[in-house]
Amino acid sequence: MPNTMPSTMADPKKPVLEVRNLSVSLPAGADRAHAVENVSFTVSPGEIVCLVGESGSGKSVIAFTVMGLLAKALKPTSGEILLEGENILAADESRLRELRCTRMSMIFQEPMTALNPVMTCGLQIDEVLETHTKLDAAERKAKIIAILDRVKLPEPERIYASYPHQLSGGQRQRIMIAMALVLDPVLLIADEPTTALDVTTQAEILKLIAELQAGEGTGVLFITHDFGVVAEIAHRVAVLRWGELVEVGPTEKILSRPEHSYTKMLISSVPSIHPAHRGVRRDGTTVLRTEKLGKTYSGNAFFQKARVVKAAVDVDLDIRKGETLGIVGESGSGKSTVARCIARLIDPTEGKVFLGDTEIATMSARKLRPHRRRVQIVFQDPYRSMNPRITVGDSIIEGPMNFGLKRDEALDRARNLMETVRLDPNSLDRYPHQFSGGQRQRICIARALAMEPELLIADEAVSALDVSVQKQVLELLDEIRVRLNLAVLFITHDLRVAAQICDYVAVMSKGRIVEYGSAEQVFGAPRDDYTKALFSAAPGRNWEFGKFAA
Amino acid sequence: MSAISEEVVDSASIAAASTKRKSLWALALRNPAVIFGGVILLIMLAIAILAPYLGTVDPTRIDPASRNKNPGTEITYRLDDGSTAKRVVLMGTDSLGRDVYSRVLYGTRVSLMIGVAVAAISVAIGLVIGLVSGYIRWADGFIMRIMDGLMAIPGILLAIALVSIWRAGLITVIFAIVVPDVPRVVRLVRSVVLSVREEPYVEGAISVGTPTWTLMFRHILPNTIAPLIVQGTFIAAAAIITEAILSFLGIGIPPEIPSWGNIMAEGRTLFRVFPHNILYPGIFLALTVLAINIMGDGLRDTLDPKMSKKV
Repeated sequence: MPNTMPSTMADPKKPVLEVRNLSVSLPAGADRAHAVENVSFTVSPGEIVCLVGESGSGKSVIAFTVMGLLAKALKPTSGEILLEGENILAADESRLRELRCTRMSMIFQEPMTALNPVMTCGLQIDEVLETHTKLDAAERKAKIIAILDRVKLPEPERIYASYPHQLSGGQRQRIMIAMALVLDPVLLIADEPTTALDVTTQAEILKLIAELQAGEGTGVLFITHDFGVVAEIAHRVAVLRWGELVEVGPTEKILSRPEHSYTKMLISSVPSIHPAHRGVRRDGTTVLRTEKLGKTYSGNAFFQKARVVKAAVDVDLDIRKGETLGIVGESGSGKSTVARCIARLIDPTEGKVFLGDTEIATMSARKLRPHRRRVQIVFQDPYRSMNPRITVGDSIIEGPMNFGLKRDEALDRARNLMETVRLDPNSLDRYPHQFSGGQRQRICIARALAMEPELLIADEAVSALDVSVQKQVLELLDEIRVRLNLAVLFITHDLRVAAQICDYVAVMSKGRIVEYGSAEQVFGAPRDDYTKALFSAAPGRNWEFGKFAA
Repeated sequence: MSAISEEVVDSASIAAASTKRKSLWALALRNPAVIFGGVILLIMLAIAILAPYLGTVDPTRIDPASRNKNPGTEITYRLDDGSTAKRVVLMGTDSLGRDVYSRVLYGTRVSLMIGVAVAAISVAIGLVIGLVSGYIRWADGFIMRIMDGLMAIPGILLAIALVSIWRAGLITVIFAIVVPDVPRVVRLVRSVVLSVREEPYVEGAISVGTPTWTLMFRHILPNTIAPLIVQGTFIAAAAIITEAILSFLGIGIPPEIPSWGNIMAEGRTLFRVFPHNILYPGIFLALTVLAINIMGDGLRDTLDPKMSKKV
């Protein structure tokens, strides 16, 4: 009984979106037969349903199937998707075009690439209105200014005439939301809309989405991997694993009384935002100390005035043996710059870096080489941090062999290290692409440890990993720190991770350290205004994720 | 810690695919474009090598008695001992009575040699300069300005200048084509190096104290191979054409040496009456260049899947 004349006011009892037994097949040769298998759920008017799952769980595939934007290689094989009773899978391309934006809209993860860089934001929204309505130019403009105002963009007239690159990430996401909501659709699909944003911006966008949908009674299908966001925004939660729906239920129930073992495992893996009591000791010898460390970038262009960017200013840090110091901050705060200055991957422009008693900030490349061994770094992206053309064994032994170890001895060491990071020592002759992300990150840790460093820098080392894998790598890092009495510099934007792994925390903003102290003090009683704002923006901060036995 | 112990990995759970990454050549050989282009090129190569055994006569031999014969004409010619013999000229003869069939087949040698030599030399020189320019920051500006200068020189004009300084010949032609091609290779290599040097695995290698030269050859150089092979094919195709143009203009290979450009230059004046002088070398030239370009496209699709249109 397809309802071909959808009413503008959605019936509060009838779901706006009903997915019934949806299966989407993957092309032959993929790791499984179906991207999504037998998934059923509903979204009611005025309801936010979160689809949660780790990477590869099929959550984006569902969103794209609903929008009719599925890649050609993927085919829905069975089931129906009912938008206000109309089966979308049976609709042809022109009907889908009509439905998009008017009845259902989507916002994406990366607001920069979702907007056309050579069109002003106002015209991009105008395009939607021109396609789907019969309004004249003045009416359209009035409507656009009104929606820009509704998504709380300052000076709508100016924003209307701005190009995407003139706006911040958060503002661009607001434009996307404005474009999605300008025709009052009954269903909004948000595919990780805040993942690319900083935590303070994320909090604002989440608040905006919640406000707008509550006001209009829009049903929202919200896709995320972040349980903090779920706790913040969802009314109901659907948990996906390998394309199958494992559990659906009200947020409160799923988060506090999950039934399925996978849900339990996922929620238990979410780090708590309250720092673990690790007991602060200040007795070890100082491994690293920086004094007024600074890095200024100046582009020396031929015909223009040089542009000067102070990426780090007056950074004073110290780390002792067996201690983890975390640097937290939003993107562009200078935390990675500091890490890279310390590892001398870039040259600091001001200040000093003491490794033990040796000052390395101004050391020449040749003199620095023997000291390189002492600081090792693990990077964020496990897929790019190993040379894809050489075996992981060769990657691990490269460093030790640079320092004169014989190949056989280096390989012995590599085998031991593979055991340390809980991987099979016999897989040394394999190539990086044969390992999963978490396994690669372990290999990177092994490669760093092969140098027997005094300081290990983890630069967002767990940020690209799924929450369950992230937990394992964090535990591994901490275990290694204890066993080898290693000093660790842990760079992260994730406050939960920082709370769990750091003894000391330095909060950075705009290149400066704004707050520095023990994790308990910084998290428990932040003094600086920026720190306070940062913590209060952390999604799901009021929710204590339980630890469940799986 | 329990979670970790569960995750202990045995070899079986690590992707059971072959230990080595699939060889690029094996992949390339599955591409129909590569096979098509490759087969034509192999035929051309065979013609070049086997030219003396394919029923040809001396391509430089002038025979005033049988000038401007159409293809398929039977001519009588005098042997060294004074006796005469008859034979059919498959592609006719030119205005000096030279056998076009023989000239075209021998001309394959010149064209292929120019293509391969120019590609190899400009890739080799460009690779070294590009690596240095991309990796050694302070040298970059200086080297690239020189390259910009070289790129501003039109190849044909340079060839004319060189021919007036030295004499016309194979080396001069190769040199004249290589010079403007080198900066293109340099730019390509430099762009690859600039992006690869920011890869975390290169920084990882720096932080474990890998010396600069090892870094370049082990971690950076292999990334340039695939785009260079593709670029090399396009350079070869362009070089063959440029050589033909230079010879056609009379500033390339000396006219007695058969090259496709020379044969066409020779036939130009009588083109309306005897088109075969231009037609046959033209077909060979077009076919060879087409084959190289098709193969280059195929290689690009397999070596650089991002560029492939099929996705």
